[in-house]
Amino acid sequence: MVIKSPKDFWAGVMFVTFGAGMAGIALNNYQMGSAVRMGPAYFPAVLGGILAALGLILLLRAFALKGEKVAAFHFRPLLFILVACLAFAYTLKLLGLIGATLLLVFISAYGGHEFKWKEVAILYVALIIFSVLVFVKGLTLPFQICPAIIEDFCRF
Amino acid sequence: MEILSNLALGFGVALSPFNLLMCLVGVLLGTLIGVLPGVGPVATIAMLLPITFNLNPIAALIMLAGIYYGAQYGGSTTAILVNIPGESSSVVTCLDGYQMARQGRAGPALATAAIGSFFAGCVATLIVAMFAPPLAEVALKFGPSEYFSLMVLGLVAAVVLAHGSLVKAIGMVILGLMLGLVGTDVNSGVLRFAFGVSELADGIGFVTVAMGMFGLAEIIANLEQTGHREVFTSKVGKLMPSKEDWKRIVGPILRGTFLGSALGILPGGGALLASFGAYTLEKKVSKNSAQFGKGAIEGVAAPEAANNAGAQTSFIPLLTLGIPSNAVMALMIGAMMIQGIAPGPQVMTERPQLFWGMIASMWIGNLMLVVLNLPLIGIWIKLLTVPYRLLYPSILVFMAIGVFSLSNNPFDVFLMALFGLLGYVCVKLECEPAPMILGFILGPLMEENLRRAMLLSRGDPLVFFQKPISASFLIVSIILLVIIALPNIRKKREEVFVEET
Repeated sequence: MVIKSPKDFWAGVMFVTFGAGMAGIALNNYQMGSAVRMGPAYFPAVLGGILAALGLILLLRAFALKGEKVAAFHFRPLLFILVACLAFAYTLKLLGLIGATLLLVFISAYGGHEFKWKEVAILYVALIIFSVLVFVKGLTLPFQICPAIIEDFCRF
Repeated sequence: MEILSNLALGFGVALSPFNLLMCLVGVLLGTLIGVLPGVGPVATIAMLLPITFNLNPIAALIMLAGIYYGAQYGGSTTAILVNIPGESSSVVTCLDGYQMARQGRAGPALATAAIGSFFAGCVATLIVAMFAPPLAEVALKFGPSEYFSLMVLGLVAAVVLAHGSLVKAIGMVILGLMLGLVGTDVNSGVLRFAFGVSELADGIGFVTVAMGMFGLAEIIANLEQTGHREVFTSKVGKLMPSKEDWKRIVGPILRGTFLGSALGILPGGGALLASFGAYTLEKKVSKNSAQFGKGAIEGVAAPEAANNAGAQTSFIPLLTLGIPSNAVMALMIGAMMIQGIAPGPQVMTERPQLFWGMIASMWIGNLMLVVLNLPLIGIWIKLLTVPYRLLYPSILVFMAIGVFSLSNNPFDVFLMALFGLLGYVCVKLECEPAPMILGFILGPLMEENLRRAMLLSRGDPLVFFQKPISASFLIVSIILLVIIALPNIRKKREEVFVEET
């Protein structure tokens, strides 16, 4: 058996995993009920079944019909962008908007093709001024601006 | 004339200084972000949604609608000047618009797009005002089975219009429906698919999903391309079309407007289908069809009029039935829910100020677009020359702040990153995210209506075929699926998408 259409194959794998997985969770943990009084498991189980069936069709088709290869994953931008977002989210309380945005901007910019320290630094300064003025002062989002340790020094 | 008094009420609301300001801000922000290459209207709206949270519902919706057609308009500017469609509905504008720009006629191309959009916007606003009330009347009589079947039709239509594989599109819809079920089940109070995460009790926020699947995934995919883009900034030249041009664009704008308005109303329709349809039609009927693809002004006028008309009339199913017909409308529904408004036919009767105010603001917003954008085109062009390596970190900052502010919890950003990953995988596997987001919004609604319908019918699934309206929705859905599955039509559909992209 040769996989002739990798795109279909992997899409099939994704659908079967999601569909069967969620239907399985629903059937094992929640009540099915009847067609008249549907329990919480009914709809997800039916949908999961259909999704898994569609995935199977894709899998079978991947062996029968010729299709395209999956284009290569570019892990550098993927990794840097996702890590940058997570770094922002999980350091916001500790480092304040100033610190968290610093991480977000520099990590994400580093994931691109070109990285120039000076340029990114200027961008960061512009962005942080804009964010503080618009989001914290203007839209009054409850963000802490400065890192927690020096918070008392920078109330403005 | 009830419609006149209704419109008067609407204009009264929309013309209040604060709402006017919100409309202006929305249109400007929408254009600003929409102009940026690689940021479509879905990502734009998702990104800007958090800034409307603190507004009252009317102002929030007026601003969001402004953002939507601003983004739409910004997208066509990018299409003409950079040959990158800012969004899928301006893909066809690239064909002739960019060629015109290369011939030094970017000015008239941009002006034609603006004029066509404005005319279409005026007509479409009137159509919304005329057709929404009677449709809402009908919709008030809908029971759960009708709603369920209507949603099936909407989802089927979305599937049919998706690019590429039918099976994958259906799969994405179902994936979306299932993700929509995460959280507390309203009927039984059971927590579903939460995996012990307390943040999931209220379900996954749709802003989070949209920003991840569209915003993040788009950025990651864009970063793969090293290609250099050529911007025609210095050669915009004079804006106004010549007399000869005017003669050539009147017909296409009219045809585009009416075709676009009609296609926009259909479930699953909207701006995308409208612009494709109008371009194809114009290519068939125009005397200058040989010039199409080589800088024919008709090829800019027709799809631009059509996509704006379609964008506008796709509000009809949203406002009257509470059913979104495309991903953008799904976001609007989400926005309404956040504002505490249950979308549906009752909105018109219970909140006439909101309903008519929004319709009136559509016209005002379109006027603002024309008046502002032609003079401001210089600024938009400057934006186009900002390199992407500076743009995307800025976009990320706004997305991260926006998503974090949803509940002041890092978990939302984590979820966004997760959906960004899923979105990137979907791009690689050619699974389109738009049908998924539609399913995601409709998931809980569908389950609810299915349950009610089955309870009323005592478990007889045939009920969906016994009620005439419900049956006709389902039959249309089945016909659509059968048609699309027929080999020769499928081939045609693939050809259309291949040709246009």
